[in-house]
Amino acid sequence: MIGADPQTGTGGAPGGGAAAFAGLWIGAALVGLFVAAALLSFVWTPYDVTRIDVAAKLQGPSAAHWFGTDHFGRDLFSMIMVGARTSLAVALVAVGIGMGVGVPLGLTAAALRGGWLDELIMRANDLVFAFPALLIAVMITAVFGPSAFNAILAIGIFNIPVFARLTRGAALGYWQLDFIRAAQVCGKGRARISVEHVLPNLFNILIVQGTIQFSLGILAEAGLSYVGLGAQPPLPSWGRMLAESQTMFSFAPHLALFPGLSILLAVLGLNLLGDGLRDRLDPRRGLAP
Amino acid sequence: MSSDRTRLAGGTALLVAGLALAQAAFAQRTDIVVGMGLEPPHLDPTTAAAAAIDEVVYANLFEGLTRFAPDGSIQPALAESWDISEDGTVYTFRLHEGVTFHDGSTLDAQDVKFSLDRARSEDSTNAQKGLFAGIEDVTVVDPLTVQITLDQPDGGFLFSMAWGDAVIVAEETADAAKTAPVGTGPFRFENWVQGDRIELVKYPDYWGDPVALDRAVFKFISDSTAAFAAMMAGDVDTFPIFPAPENLAQFEADPRFRVIVGSTEGETILSTNNKQPPFDDPKVRQALAHAIDRQAVIDGAMFGYGTPIGTHFAPHHPAYLDLKATSAHDPDKARALLAEAGYADGFTTTLKLPPPSYARRGGEIIAAQLREVGIETEITNVEWAQWLEQVFRGKDFGLTIVSHTEPMDIGIYANPDYYFQYDNPDFQSLMDALRAEADPEARTALLQQAQTIIAEDFVNGYLFQLAKSGVADARIEGLWENAPTQANDLTGVRWTE
Repeated sequence: MIGADPQTGTGGAPGGGAAAFAGLWIGAALVGLFVAAALLSFVWTPYDVTRIDVAAKLQGPSAAHWFGTDHFGRDLFSMIMVGARTSLAVALVAVGIGMGVGVPLGLTAAALRGGWLDELIMRANDLVFAFPALLIAVMITAVFGPSAFNAILAIGIFNIPVFARLTRGAALGYWQLDFIRAAQVCGKGRARISVEHVLPNLFNILIVQGTIQFSLGILAEAGLSYVGLGAQPPLPSWGRMLAESQTMFSFAPHLALFPGLSILLAVLGLNLLGDGLRDRLDPRRGLAP
Repeated sequence: MSSDRTRLAGGTALLVAGLALAQAAFAQRTDIVVGMGLEPPHLDPTTAAAAAIDEVVYANLFEGLTRFAPDGSIQPALAESWDISEDGTVYTFRLHEGVTFHDGSTLDAQDVKFSLDRARSEDSTNAQKGLFAGIEDVTVVDPLTVQITLDQPDGGFLFSMAWGDAVIVAEETADAAKTAPVGTGPFRFENWVQGDRIELVKYPDYWGDPVALDRAVFKFISDSTAAFAAMMAGDVDTFPIFPAPENLAQFEADPRFRVIVGSTEGETILSTNNKQPPFDDPKVRQALAHAIDRQAVIDGAMFGYGTPIGTHFAPHHPAYLDLKATSAHDPDKARALLAEAGYADGFTTTLKLPPPSYARRGGEIIAAQLREVGIETEITNVEWAQWLEQVFRGKDFGLTIVSHTEPMDIGIYANPDYYFQYDNPDFQSLMDALRAEADPEARTALLQQAQTIIAEDFVNGYLFQLAKSGVADARIEGLWENAPTQANDLTGVRWTE
């Protein structure tokens, strides 16, 4: 779920034209919407999300409560806004951990190709990859207790091998090229070449992969919160909102509908954005800038 | 050829007979599937506190000298009758004749002596040793008569003997009761599929009135959504304590089902660690009490099912005293009290919540109410095993929400080592006086005094009496409406069509 193959995106053909272009902008708009909602929630929400007003519980959507109210009478729209903040923050930090650790590991492995360190790094990656992410997340939370921080940690750890593999694979290709060999002939060390010449060429694919991993991070956070291992109450979280709506779905479907739609649209937006960026930025797609 | 035809005819006759039998069985079902949220850890009620054990075995598999009737009164069970000595210290029980255990052996006075001596012994693992604390001696008079001597008169002794923890077991089978319970009840243990169900079947040689059911299956479904689906699909015939109160309205609207709402012995409280600062300050506990809006908790967490309480006592009990006004919802007063106690800016504490929705949902509501007066809570959702480990045994908590489901359990406040650590010598001596008092009116006065002391000491936040909100197939009758003890007594249950 978290560790997707970088090559399985559903991007259009190279230079997919108007359709791919539209996808990019629709994706950007959806993502922008959620980012704006999350940022706005820091300074303003229609209602206080921690305020409980049992008398106003389970109301359907109305002018006063755009998305209705939940079983405690809290405003669902406000909760979705703050939930967006939770989801985006968890996914962002998790992808940050994955990139921050995975990319240097991948560069090191590529620079020392065939060496024992390369072997060690990649086999360690395989080991992490071999475990289902949710299982490790359950183990982490069993030891340290459930919290948003531990969810970030669990999702972040599973992003590391994704970025390490991607970086190594792409970097290996560059190590065969003439300009790298020229730099080697000039006497530059492997570490310096990795940072100065290889890494800048990887930015595009890392951004694309980062976007995809970001969407998977949101799904993972929702999944962990759904089973009670993510953000703890009273902090709203889309996954937990879904879990709580479960027994009330038959008479208050709006409780499940809005968080479900939010997860769907956020993930869809990020995937469209990722595919669009891939078409625009990925050199292997023949559209290098 | 002719023999073939005969065989064919015979086969048809069998088939018809089979159909007729099937129809008869269809007309009058004699099996029941009872849904429960929690699976018992084992099946020996004399060695553990888990309510789920009694919910399977009480009155069905094991019996005591006396028993709880559905209305909470005490009825004879294995004891046919009894005499109480003039001074109230000697109880002479006469046992029913012809009572046998499920392994075929006969129940006699020796078994009663063994069971009670085992429960009150030094190394006893009985969860309610207090029930037996007053017993000085158990003597076998003859095979059907047993004499129990108490160290002082105890007006609640017959009540104590009705508890699931006081059932009579046989010496030969007692140690194996956890996995192979052998009792004297109308059902005997047949099978336990761990994680799924326990099956009981009718014991044909039962001494009392025969039961209508041939087979009882207890099925364990912890997830509320799955419980709802199982009821709707007819996989479960009754869920005596349905885990999701929000779904009861749907069952009520469906003619196939009957919603049964009654009272339980479950005082649901915001349990407070009386030894942990700042809760060692009575002013802070009083502020806590005034910060809570009980009705909002009942409406929000239990969808209206539950009776508000102001002390640790069941409202349906005759000795109940309404003390809700002592801790009425008054956020301004709560803020003022906090300021007086030196917490004008509030403080932060922990709130550990076990799985039931009264705790998880009630906890979120109470956290919001406490925030109103400046008390911040860090909510941690814990599983039951963690709760027992951290809160009940480890006493590592500030606040927690739990329902105390034992009947008449106000005595827990006399134990300073109990997990909420209330230590008041006055209360302790009051409980000693209560134990020695046999006169009903004097007992009521003492009980009311006890209720008042803990309410005015604001030991815990008193929330509501847990309702027994269950659902059953509309064709089933004889289920308990109220829960005077933790039990799913199936002895009077039958299908009506």
